[in-house]
Parts: sequence; C-alpha cells; structure tokens
Amino acid sequence: MIHIVAAGPVIPNYGTAHGCIANDNAMFCTTWIREHWHDTLEPALVQHVWLTAIAVGIGFAIAFAFALLAHRFGWLAPTFSAFSAFLYTIPSIALFQLLVPVTGITVTTIEIGLVGYTLLILFSNTLAGLRSVPPEVIEAARGMGLTQFQILRRVELPLAFPAISAGIRIGVVTTISLATVAAYITPYGLGKPIFDGLQINYRTEYVVAGLLAIALALVADGVLVIVQRRLTPWRRATA
Amino acid sequence: MIVGEGFNAHTFANAFRFLWYDRSFVATKTLEHLELSAIAIGIAILIALPLGVWLGHIHRGSFLAINVSNLGRALPSLAVISVGLPAFGIGHTVVILALVVLAAPLILTNSFVGVDSVEPDVVESARGMGLTPFQVLARVELPLALPLVFAGIRTAAVYVVATATLAGVVGGGSLGDIIFNEPTYFLSGVVGAAMVVSLLASSAFFLFAGLQRLLTPRGLRYVDAAHVPEEEPPSVLEAAAA
Amino acid sequence: MLVGPSGGGKTTAMKMVNRLISITEGDIRIDGTSVRSLNLTDLRRGIGYVIQQVGLFPHLSVGDNIGTVPKLLGWPKKRIHARSEELLELVGLEAADAKRYPGQLSGGQRQRVGLARALAANPPLMLMDEPFGAIDPITRERLQDEFLRLHREIRKTVIFVTHDIDEAIKMGDHIAILHQGGVLAQYDTPDEILANPSSTFVEKFVGADRGLKRLSLRRLRDVELEPASDASADAPRCLPATTLRDALSLMLTEGAHEVVVAGDDGEVTGMLSLQRVSDLLREQVTA
Repeated sequence: MIHIVAAGPVIPNYGTAHGCIANDNAMFCTTWIREHWHDTLEPALVQHVWLTAIAVGIGFAIAFAFALLAHRFGWLAPTFSAFSAFLYTIPSIALFQLLVPVTGITVTTIEIGLVGYTLLILFSNTLAGLRSVPPEVIEAARGMGLTQFQILRRVELPLAFPAISAGIRIGVVTTISLATVAAYITPYGLGKPIFDGLQINYRTEYVVAGLLAIALALVADGVLVIVQRRLTPWRRATA
Repeated sequence: MIVGEGFNAHTFANAFRFLWYDRSFVATKTLEHLELSAIAIGIAILIALPLGVWLGHIHRGSFLAINVSNLGRALPSLAVISVGLPAFGIGHTVVILALVVLAAPLILTNSFVGVDSVEPDVVESARGMGLTPFQVLARVELPLALPLVFAGIRTAAVYVVATATLAGVVGGGSLGDIIFNEPTYFLSGVVGAAMVVSLLASSAFFLFAGLQRLLTPRGLRYVDAAHVPEEEPPSVLEAAAA
Repeated sequence: MLVGPSGGGKTTAMKMVNRLISITEGDIRIDGTSVRSLNLTDLRRGIGYVIQQVGLFPHLSVGDNIGTVPKLLGWPKKRIHARSEELLELVGLEAADAKRYPGQLSGGQRQRVGLARALAANPPLMLMDEPFGAIDPITRERLQDEFLRLHREIRKTVIFVTHDIDEAIKMGDHIAILHQGGVLAQYDTPDEILANPSSTFVEKFVGADRGLKRLSLRRLRDVELEPASDASADAPRCLPATTLRDALSLMLTEGAHEVVVAGDDGEVTGMLSLQRVSDLLREQVTA
C-alpha cells in the first residue's frame, strides 16, 4: 500500500542509472528518463491513451443512445441525469476498489469505472445539444417533408455537434485524469509510474509521469478543439 | 494491492458497521476532509470570482476566462500533485493546490460568462438611469449572473469534495486515508468512507443549489430557470467553439 | 389569404394543409386529391413552406439550404446548383451568396433565402405563414412588392397567413377573415370585403378607412374617366398607374376638384373628379 508519511530514504531499485547518483532525488535525472522511456514511460503513455479512448468510446455510445431516447421520451432525462450525477459524487478510487471483487484487477474494472464517469457529461451535453435546435428550424424541416430520421441526421445532429464535441472534450480530459488514479488498483497507464515513484520516493519518475499526463491532457484537448472547428465551419461565419 | 475481503451482500452492512464502530475516527477524517475541501473552494472562489466578474464587467479577457481556464481544468489532479510535490513537499499544501487548479477554472468561466452575457440593453438602461459603473455591477450584472456563478461553484464543490480523497496519497488528512488503505480498513471501510464522501459531495451540491435559489432574484426564477444547465454551463460549449 | 386576429386558427388551418397538424374531421383536397390520402413526406415535399422565423438550417450554406428538398428528391448536383443560382437571382440575391451561411445574412435576406428554399422543387402550392411579419416595415414593403412581381412570373397557388389586413388586401386575390375560435367571418375578394363587410366584426377588422383602402386597390387606368375638357387649367396631373387613393390625396392637398390623367408622353386621356371618386365608391362591386 502507498501511504507516504515522510520522505524517508527509500532506495529506488532503478536509481542506479549511469550519470545519475542514486537517491540524490534531483528533480530531473535525464539519464533515468532516457533509460526508462521505452520500458516504463512510453508503454504507460500508450496504455493511457487506449484506456481513455476505450472509455470515452463506450461511454459515448451509451450516453448517445440514452440521449436520443431521452430526446424522444422526456421523462428519461432526469432519471438518467440523476443516476450519472450520483456516480460523480463517488470518489473514483473507491468505485474502482468496489469493482475489484466483481471484475478483478483487470482493465475491465478500470473501464467500467471510467465509462461511468463519462456518462454524465456526454449524456447531458448531447441532450442539451439536441434540445438547443431552434423549433422553427425543425418546423421548417418537417414542412419541407423531411422524415423524422432525416431531421435527426441532417438537422438535429449537425446542430447538436458543437455541444456533443464539447462534451467529448470534457469527457476525454476527465477520463485522462481519473485513469491516473485507477493505476492505484491496476498497473496500467501513466498513474503507474506516478504511484511507483511516490512509493519509492523517486522524484524523477513521478514528476516526469505527471508531466506526461498533463501534456497528454493538454494535447488531447487541443486536438479536439481543432477537430471541432474544422467540422463546424458555420459557427465562425457570422455577420 | 491485497483484496481484503470478497464483495458480497454483507459488504454494505459491514460498511455501516465500520462507520458506527469507528465513528470517532471517521468523524475526525470527515472533518479533515471538509476542512481541506472548504479551504480549497474558498481559495478558488477568492481568486476566480472577483477576476471573472471583473473581466465580465469590462467584457474583456474572454481568452483568459474561457480558454486558459479550460486548460487549467484539463489538468489531471494526481499529475498536478505529483508535479507539485517537489516544490511543496508532502502535506496539505500540494493537495489544496491541485484542488484549486480543479475548482478555480469552473468558477472563473462561469462568473465571466454570467456577467459578460447580461443583456446589453439592461446594462445600458441602468447606465441611462444614472447608476455608476460599480452600481451597475453590484445591482444589475451580479444579481443577473448569480445563477451561472452558483452553477459553477456547485459543480466545483462536487469535484473538490470527491477529489480531496487524493490527499490519502500524499500525507493524509482526508477520508482518502481510509479509501487508499484497504489492507488496513478492508473493503467495508473503503465502501463506508466512500459513502461518506458521496454524501458530502451531494450535500455540497444541494447546499450551493439552495444558496443559489435563495440568492437568485425572484424575477429570474420565472424567466430562464430551465435554461441554466444542471452540470455544464453554456460557457463550456462556447469555450469549445471559441 | 387567411387573415384575422390571433386565436382565429389561421396558422392551424394552414398547417392542416401539409398536415403539420393532423386533421381530425373534414378534409382538405388539392386538385381533388385528399391530403389525407397522400404519403406525408411526398405531400410536404410537393408544397413550399415559408414561416415567419424562416427556420434556415444554420449549419448549411445558403446554397445547401435551398438544395435540401431537391437533394432528397435525388436531383443531380449540377441541376441543384443551377437551380439554387436561378432562385437566388429570382428572389433578388446574388449567385455568390450561395456560399454564405445564414448567420451572415440580414433578416430580409434570410426571408428571401427561405422563399427560395420553398420554391426549390417548384411546388405548385405554397404555404406562407406571416412570412414578412418579423421584418422592418420598409423591407417588408419591398419584399411584398417583389413577391407580387415574382408571383406574376411563377403563377403558383399561395395560401398566405397574416394578421395584417392591409397586407391581405395588398397581396390577396381572395381573403378569408377568421374570427376568434376559428369561425369563418367572410370569404371574398378584397374589393367585396371592403365594400360589403358581412358583419360588424369584419367592418371593425378592416377599419373605418375601408373606403380609402378600397380606393387603393384601383388605379386610374382601371376606371372610366371623364372627358378632360371639363378640367380646369391648373388641375394637377397624374399617371394612369396612380391609385385612386393617391389621386384623391393629391386633390385634397392641392385644393383641386379634379386630376388630369396623362401618360408618360404627356398625352391626356381624361380626368377624374372628386364627385366621380365618391360615385365609384358607392357603385356596385365590379371585380
């Protein structure tokens, strides 16, 4: 277990890299970063990307389906919102631990937890987006003879897209954040080197892994903004 | 990690038993947890609220208030803690830093958007009636912005209370001490503490929702109450488009 | 032309035509075919629909907005493109506007695009629900005039809902005045309604100046003029296209008892006296 009470002189088992004095705990031992990039940091980064992508993917599929249903059947909205808002109040680490006896120390455990946390934002943003379509636009579309499905596909979804993608953006950065915590339970993602580093009190490891997690979140956020702008040319075109 | 016990029908019963038998310990940890959260939310409000309101009042700095603030929000809390650790050392300071980084952007963005998006007609007529800029802010813009401002604080409070658990990783001083220590407190302890955190977070939500109702000008309740989104204010949507 | 105060069911009646509101009793027939017997989608695609708020699709360019129904009907791209350019010119916009987005247009321009979009698949029937209601008076007047010109070109059956009796008189061939609760108060030509309101409700609705309104429906060239030889030498002159109302106004402001009607070339065709105007108003309805 990890319960750092004081920064005692724990000897890191991989602090012996060349050019790096073991235990001097300088903020950056660049040699360590170089030597452990391929066996520790890179795999953790790649795992983190996958953990996030899978969670947001599944979460979006579920949230999207429920949002479409709730758009049709109004009563579903408060029910689903209340359920997913409740999930948000549970500390992620506790939810992960609660799942371990059921699904074991596996990726499934993390993904179930992470998906749960993405639902709220993805659901409410998708629904808000669908509901924000001006009624006269829908009326015009109906009057022009578009079928329900055509209205959804050609009018409502494109117009809801900015809200949906804003939801995906928040879902992605939230998931990146929660996935670091998940590594306390399952040894995947950038949280792994953070917790490892904290446990052996090796600064370089947890600081670099933390920086990587921050960089990943910022890059993901930036990429999503660019994608969204590309896909919504009409939003920049205003008189 | 050692799985202390299986998950079964008794887990929740045992969780309640844990909360009852160790009630003075749980109470101590709960108070610590609340203190940590309150300090973080307090600092976040002190920094973000005046800044957001002021920027909204002068209708400037939307880039700072929305985009930069969005970046701040994107930072994973555990990563902020681990990166901040060498500078601040083990203890509450670094956790509070991470919590402020989490909460301040939400409050900043919402205060900014709340004030910035007050109808220009309303502000103009207030000016035309001879209100000073400060009076315009205090009597017109701020009351009208309150629903959004509180929506921001409310969401921030839920995040902060749930995330304060991370203190259990660096130095302790919250219910995270139990949640991050399953070998000692078993799954029932973890579940019990998590229920307390969940209860605290929900209470924070309802506390600020209630405050919002109390402080929202009566006239506004009839206008756009349905338009203030529960969790994610329009600011986020606009930010994404900006 | 459906006109009446709010609560009269004008819009409801119109929406039953394209079945945006379903018909519970009775029937509506287009060319003898009941709208109830038609497939909903086909029915609507065959009817142009214009509403006050326009309802342009903000995410589509002007060209794509106009091309919506043709695209659904499976027209080839080239034809859609050509059609949207043709329509843009018809409604007084430029072909280059096709690439702009609705957010970049003024209210009047949006309604022009809305009109073009409704005309896209060349539907024989058009439904227009207060199309010019949300537009400033000057632009509205211009759009009304342009639509009348357009209407003469394209010859379509138009069902037009408005609460503005003046607009109804100006635009309509036949006007149905609806009373609160959807009761039909009168259905007639504008001239007949102004001349012989069927009830006090209609009389009040068309206004106390209904005589003057009636005069504005007729032009000097439409009425039998008196010989110009009787006119005094300093009588004011009018073109044959002048409405009787404007001619009357001229007489009153000039203190004259008659106007002389003369063409562009200055050739005098006759004269109209104050007495004749009054006689014309009391005459039986001609149209």
